[in-house]
Amino acid sequence: MIEVRNLIKRFPHRGKDGKQTEKTAVDGISFSVKKGEIFGLLGPNGAGKTTTIRMMTMQTRPTAGEILYEGLSTREEPQRVKELLGIVPQHINFDQDLTVGENMELHARLYHMGALERKKRIAELLDYVELSDVVNDGVRRLSGGMKRRLLIMRALIHHPRILFLDEPTVALDPQVRRRIWDMVQSLAKGGVTVFLTTHYIEEAEALCDRVAILAKGRLLDLDTPANLREKTNLPSLEEVFLQMTEKQSAAKAI
Amino acid sequence: MQQKLFDIGTVFWRDWVVLKRRLAKFLVSRMVAPLLYLVAFGWGLGRSISVDGGSYLDFIVPGILALNSMNISFNSITPVHAERVYHKSLEEYVSAPIWPDAFVIGKLLAALLRALLSSAIICALAFAFGARLTLSPLFLLVLALNCIIFAEIGFVAAMKINTFEEMGQVNTYILLPMSFLCGTFFHTAALPSLVRLIIDALPLTHTSYLLRALGSGQEASALSLFVLFFYCLVLYAFCVRFFRRLSD
Repeated sequence: MIEVRNLIKRFPHRGKDGKQTEKTAVDGISFSVKKGEIFGLLGPNGAGKTTTIRMMTMQTRPTAGEILYEGLSTREEPQRVKELLGIVPQHINFDQDLTVGENMELHARLYHMGALERKKRIAELLDYVELSDVVNDGVRRLSGGMKRRLLIMRALIHHPRILFLDEPTVALDPQVRRRIWDMVQSLAKGGVTVFLTTHYIEEAEALCDRVAILAKGRLLDLDTPANLREKTNLPSLEEVFLQMTEKQSAAKAI
Repeated sequence: MQQKLFDIGTVFWRDWVVLKRRLAKFLVSRMVAPLLYLVAFGWGLGRSISVDGGSYLDFIVPGILALNSMNISFNSITPVHAERVYHKSLEEYVSAPIWPDAFVIGKLLAALLRALLSSAIICALAFAFGARLTLSPLFLLVLALNCIIFAEIGFVAAMKINTFEEMGQVNTYILLPMSFLCGTFFHTAALPSLVRLIIDALPLTHTSYLLRALGSGQEASALSLFVLFFYCLVLYAFCVRFFRRLSD
């Protein structure tokens, strides 16, 4: 379904001495994701999670490496690949001048949906997350939880086969977080592949079939939460995560 | 081709929805500056001035059209800067399967519409003030080219500049000097030859020349038309390049 091969991203960077240099945000990671899987990318702040997701969703070009979706290369077939993807960014990026309904409509048009299909689908999705009443309100007026739910619904309008969720529950209360988890699980049951980044370990443990642990741009391990616990002989994924990322920091320091 | 047109339509639709909601406010606010220009320079100062044997009002209306269409088209596209830098809503377009040029064309067309609406108000006010102006298809084409050129400059600025403050500096250092020096309020012949050399290389000067000539029923300068087309095409190439590079 998804094949990531030796993905590298370097950004221009000014060093301590003021000289222009390069900083490696993602350092040669490779992995694959199966259809219908909920795949989690875990890592501390600055691990390279968002950069990885931005490369995978073609918002940033990789410095090197290859990304394939159902055999289609992002480099060779960008438009066809984009049609397969639904993206829920970490930050709220609605068009502030449009209403809830207009934001949804804009997205549907950008994915080439016809007028009738757009209308039906938008009504269905807003109804699903109980946002039908605010369809004509400006997006600025929505609460944080409403905005998050709307972001996910917007990403689903065009029936994507792969859904990217970048820190989907950040700064949300436990009830809203649980509703989003339920939504993600039901999508995966329906055959949608979910690629999730989070730094909430319990979220990854509750949702993900497999988890990749990323630190300083490198992939430290990739397995099911149960196997990761078993391999390290630790009782929780959180401890596995802490041990791995601390080891990585110590190795770098030496 | 059909899909490309659909994509352009989508980008234009977004701006049309926003404009439609604020249309009355937009139209009223666009009357203020030209009305002041016409009162001050047409009735006030203009009564005692004659240019080329005609009234100063007739001389100044093409200049007001040129500078106003420049300002409106530039300012219509600058919200793209906030969409890119602050709201991040441009990511929606970058990650969507649309033809990348459609975003540029859609935004330019939306800016063109705003600037032409504003120009129509100026023409109506100018006629009400008694100005004589010949409108022709070529006159409208020159006006449209001017709008597109400055919308393109606004687009390039929105893609390359990272702060609101610097966006404001484009107005201060580029648009404001052009507003006064590019043959809008007086003949560029009055300027020193070195300054004139620079002024003659700027697009607004050629728009002023062309609108004034065509508005008074004279022939258009082929060189000025060429300069406007040149700016339009070169700047378009920059717009597309910078939009595509958003994902670098």
